[in-house]
Amino acid sequence: MSTAGFNSQNGTGQGQAYANGPSQNPVALQQLPGVSYGMTHQPNYSPMQAKAPAPPGPGLYPSGPYQPVPPVSSYQPVPPVSSYQPVPPVSSYQPGPPLTSYPASPGQPLLTRPPMGGLPSHTPPQSASPSPGPRLPPAQATPPPPSVSSSSYYQNPQQPQPMAPSWQYNTAPPPMGPPASMSTPPRGPVANHVNPAVSSTAPPPPSSAVYTSAPPAHVSHSATQPPGPRMPPTSAHGYTQPGTVPPPMNPMAPHTYQPSRAPYGPPPTGPPPTMKATPPPTGPPMGNATPPPPKAVAGLPQPGPPGRHLGHYPSLPPGYQNTSTPHNTTSPMHPAMQAATQPYTQAPQPYQQPPGGPGPAQLSPSLAAMSLQSSTPEALRVVNLLQERNLLPPRPIPAPTPCLPQDLQKINCNPEVFRSTLTSIPQTQSLLNKAKMPLGLLLHPFKDLSQLPVVTSSTIVRCRSCRTYINPFVSFLDQRRWKCNLCYRVNDVPEEFMYNPVSRSYGEPHKRPEVQNATIEFIAPSEYMLRPPQPAVYLFVLDVSHNAVETGYLNVFCQSLLDNINALPGDSRTKVGFITFDSTIHFYNLQEGLSQPQMLIVSDIEDIFLPTPDSLLVNLNECKELVQDLLKSLPTLFEKTMETQSALGSALQAAFKLLSPTGGRMSVFQTQLPNLGVGALQSREDPNQRASAKDIQHLSPATDFYKKLALDCSGQQVAVDLFLLSSQYCDLASLGCISRYSAGSVYYYPSYHHQHNPAQVECFQKDLKRYITRKIGFEAVMRIRCTKGLSIHTFHGNFFVRSTDLLSLPNVNPDAGFAVQMSIEENLDDMQVVSFQAALLYTSSKGERRIRVHTLCLPVVNSLSDIFAGADVQAISGLLACMAVDRSVTASLSDARDAMTNAAIDSLTSYRQSVLTIQQPGLLAPACLRLFPLFILALLKQKSFRTGTSTRLDDRVFAMCQLKYQPLAYAMLMIHPSLYRIDDLTDEGALNISERTIPQPILLQLSVEKLSREAAFLMDAGTVMYLWIGRNCNPNFLSQVLGVPSYASVPDNLFMLPELDTAESQRTRAFIGWLRDQRPFFPSLRVIRDESQWKASFMQNMIEDRTESALSYYEFLLHLQQQISK
Amino acid sequence: MAFTFAAFCYMLTLVLCAALIFFVIWQIIAFDELRTDFKNPIDQSNPTRARERILNIERICNLLRKLVVPEYSIHGLFCLMFMCAGEWVTLGLNIPLLFYHLWRFFHRPADGSEVMYDPVSVMNADILNYCQKESWCKLGFYLLSFFYYLYSMVYALVSF
Repeated sequence: MSTAGFNSQNGTGQGQAYANGPSQNPVALQQLPGVSYGMTHQPNYSPMQAKAPAPPGPGLYPSGPYQPVPPVSSYQPVPPVSSYQPVPPVSSYQPGPPLTSYPASPGQPLLTRPPMGGLPSHTPPQSASPSPGPRLPPAQATPPPPSVSSSSYYQNPQQPQPMAPSWQYNTAPPPMGPPASMSTPPRGPVANHVNPAVSSTAPPPPSSAVYTSAPPAHVSHSATQPPGPRMPPTSAHGYTQPGTVPPPMNPMAPHTYQPSRAPYGPPPTGPPPTMKATPPPTGPPMGNATPPPPKAVAGLPQPGPPGRHLGHYPSLPPGYQNTSTPHNTTSPMHPAMQAATQPYTQAPQPYQQPPGGPGPAQLSPSLAAMSLQSSTPEALRVVNLLQERNLLPPRPIPAPTPCLPQDLQKINCNPEVFRSTLTSIPQTQSLLNKAKMPLGLLLHPFKDLSQLPVVTSSTIVRCRSCRTYINPFVSFLDQRRWKCNLCYRVNDVPEEFMYNPVSRSYGEPHKRPEVQNATIEFIAPSEYMLRPPQPAVYLFVLDVSHNAVETGYLNVFCQSLLDNINALPGDSRTKVGFITFDSTIHFYNLQEGLSQPQMLIVSDIEDIFLPTPDSLLVNLNECKELVQDLLKSLPTLFEKTMETQSALGSALQAAFKLLSPTGGRMSVFQTQLPNLGVGALQSREDPNQRASAKDIQHLSPATDFYKKLALDCSGQQVAVDLFLLSSQYCDLASLGCISRYSAGSVYYYPSYHHQHNPAQVECFQKDLKRYITRKIGFEAVMRIRCTKGLSIHTFHGNFFVRSTDLLSLPNVNPDAGFAVQMSIEENLDDMQVVSFQAALLYTSSKGERRIRVHTLCLPVVNSLSDIFAGADVQAISGLLACMAVDRSVTASLSDARDAMTNAAIDSLTSYRQSVLTIQQPGLLAPACLRLFPLFILALLKQKSFRTGTSTRLDDRVFAMCQLKYQPLAYAMLMIHPSLYRIDDLTDEGALNISERTIPQPILLQLSVEKLSREAAFLMDAGTVMYLWIGRNCNPNFLSQVLGVPSYASVPDNLFMLPELDTAESQRTRAFIGWLRDQRPFFPSLRVIRDESQWKASFMQNMIEDRTESALSYYEFLLHLQQQISK
Repeated sequence: MAFTFAAFCYMLTLVLCAALIFFVIWQIIAFDELRTDFKNPIDQSNPTRARERILNIERICNLLRKLVVPEYSIHGLFCLMFMCAGEWVTLGLNIPLLFYHLWRFFHRPADGSEVMYDPVSVMNADILNYCQKESWCKLGFYLLSFFYYLYSMVYALVSF
């Protein structure tokens, strides 16, 4: 029935299973005779299971058919599903042994969870990347200040703009809703999971002990007293092991966002010592007969859910909380339920004490928001931007914390995964319109998580009307019913859900992992698939024209694939295939039994057909040698080719035909403009217009061939990833459609050449390695639900919108970000919190159907000042960037630029007029929006939107793709790069990660005034890093880090730091390595001197400075002020 | 009783207006079909449905696009005929819609052959809402004008 466990998503960590005890009491088993526990999950579609050795059985239970597959690679491990067979139930219900043997089980990695590998989950620095493109000398004179045209992001009711509706925050005229009433809203939504009937319950023994010793449902009350000294924490250990394990329920590493946060919320509710004070002091877990709340005490210092249930039931009736006297009362309750209630009879107490008065959960968000403003006005502190110069925080900006009761916030979704532009949702659309800020969500749903709870269950509990997955923000009316937090329907708790596989106790539905984790993954039962989950199928479509061979990418590609072929995510069904093309299409017959790969050439590109449909896509395991042979011979095969034409369209059609029976991933490598057959394109770029200050043409596709093909691909669950390695114009605007609508990704390596551009080669190699080995989900759909009253209206990212809330994603990869815009359709009058749920259903490369669910909970506020206090300036900038990309394509670039400027003007005007009571001179902004003008200016100077600076069309279009497709953290680096001084790195304040000391220099403003000739600076622009060496740079740095004696001897083409055995070198390399580790792509390093060719692109990122064609930061502020005071 | 050119215009427009009403009703049904997906979410998330659904969306969008030019040209014909017949009041009533059509036709996204109702963006809720609203408004307008033309036709026939 249900097993739950955590596994590391990166594969290096081991997943472990929780063999839950038989979850159902015999009565329940009789009631649900049809349920076959643990055996129904995809029994037929998991061919790996035969090969997989059975893991060490956790304890006593016989292992079920789902054995974890040994992780093949750094890819995700197979879910820790080891379901057990409940029959015969009695035999597995042995009270003693499970408790004792469970922790001792060798296969139980809980206590020794390895540090998760793969990507560390640190918050990446918030800054961003410009691009390495060479810059022609700008020919423009200083442009006039951006004019404020009538184009605005905000809908003008008199001037509906139906052709760019996605741009508007509200599509409907603002509802006539009255300003939100100030009356205290009911406190309904705050979860109160406590059944008042339980209040008379004596503290029964710890749940697990009870349950294992008294399995039958309706045993007599004497059974609640387990015989002998119990080991209460044992069962809890099985799951949490609070002291030794990183917060297990919390999929995110705590330091990513919990601490070091401006305390918006109510004051912290006391340190652990206070917690321990109230309940009888709980001794060491083992062998203590006192029923302790072990999770509560030990888990408290960690922000993870172990401590979470403490705060989760703070609104207990007072009498209920005081039932700490351990005596056995006669309660009509089910003994197991008594056991269940026990932990939280005591747990809440500590939390009740410190605040004195209502617990934090009882504080309605709006009240909390108010109290917070009086106590911590940091977010709303008025900043005069014209006077305060140093606004940039020394460290990357953390996401603002929603003003939620602490217990809810603690379990809220990680902002790196799910984040809203406004952390306080306005009550009405008119309020939102007044605030003039975009409302939307930014998602990174498939992010590599270091810890992710995975649940296997034969029934996934969902709301019956809106199909929301049960999540931590639902409220339990009583033990048997829960109320959906999205549609407010009351649902029954299924019998099976009453059993908690984690603590192995019964009657605690609110402690199930589903209700304790805002991010969770389900292994879907068979009703979620009507066809067998597709195998992992990879098709590589390679350009082998003369131009392609010239660049020499084939060598790198073949070598990378050869090196990583075993790391390709998949199982025994994995298939691969290869197609090469120039003016003809070449297929490769790799059928088993052939002595060498057989090339089949189809020259009829008008009417493409598959020469041998069966043997072109072959099983990787069976034909690995042939595949390796082919990869070794491919680079030499076309060495002498003189064919210059490229029939990309036909090759794509052929690849689509090949993949359409199964679906899968198509990786297309293209090096020139396709000029033959269907989908042929013409060069549309006029090099003389690159620096034009006028509107940029040709941002939209030239043909709809690629879009139509992408839709066909999407329908057949094929995703197309495009690698463009070209030195010339390739019309990415048209070609990109093939990836955009099939949920692929686009990689672009301008001026790629194996000899002339080693930095690009390294970048390509690293990216390719990541691309080949990263996790992948097939035939995915993502649905985003939100609380009734809110509606999602526009999506940004790479996908096809299949219905108004459903995104079709033939493939989903961990590096894909999404953004959505929302509007408020009905007033959220009587709500204090709203929730958003993103559910991603996908087939893992192991052929499992999985559902990853993220739930975000945000408070609703009814005053403008609260809305401003909760504004998330990075998310707003990210969403505005997405909207601006759309606007540039549908309308024009200048329109988009004006709209961005207006967004800043409008929101600051609104702040000044509606929130500020005292009118002061100057450009005033709340502290949380103090960087907004800077980010807007950065966007205006970003490669996507800049004018006046020479920008190649493909570079621009690629930058636009990046803005829409990258998750926010990386997109921000591309918008606003980080600048550090690195010649004087010290260990002061350094991070210490896995025994490496990472120095933490402070962020500098992007202005030349911060540079000095005596120093060296590192600019981290996302996809590229610049190491700028000052002319009089400290010779110590030159010799110790760069290994050169003097400035003059710094080589021109230095792309990596020499590995010197000096402290300075180690610090510098550690810092750069740490920055690189935080992102999935590989930023190449460029060491530049004054006369270096990259100097121009480095200087273009100096956003705060004036350039020939753009305003300086101060001028931009003056311009804003002028517009605002109009 | 006089069979004037104006009366003829009204008779013709009466017929064509009925056609327009059918067009718009068809549009409303099409948008409704776009909006209502399969109710069973499990079914909806099923990969095998994807193909069918996407084909469906493309088909509807293609049909919708095919109707755009006939509808706009029929309406343009109205205006032309009323102008010729000197029915200035009727023309004045139709001018706003004529300009709206012109704006909508020429202000579409500059995306190759796409006119509007792009299958990749039509499912965005705001575009869909806008299109639906537009259709309902047009339906109202065409219905009202149908009766107005009927009245005007009779008036033109019985006068003199």
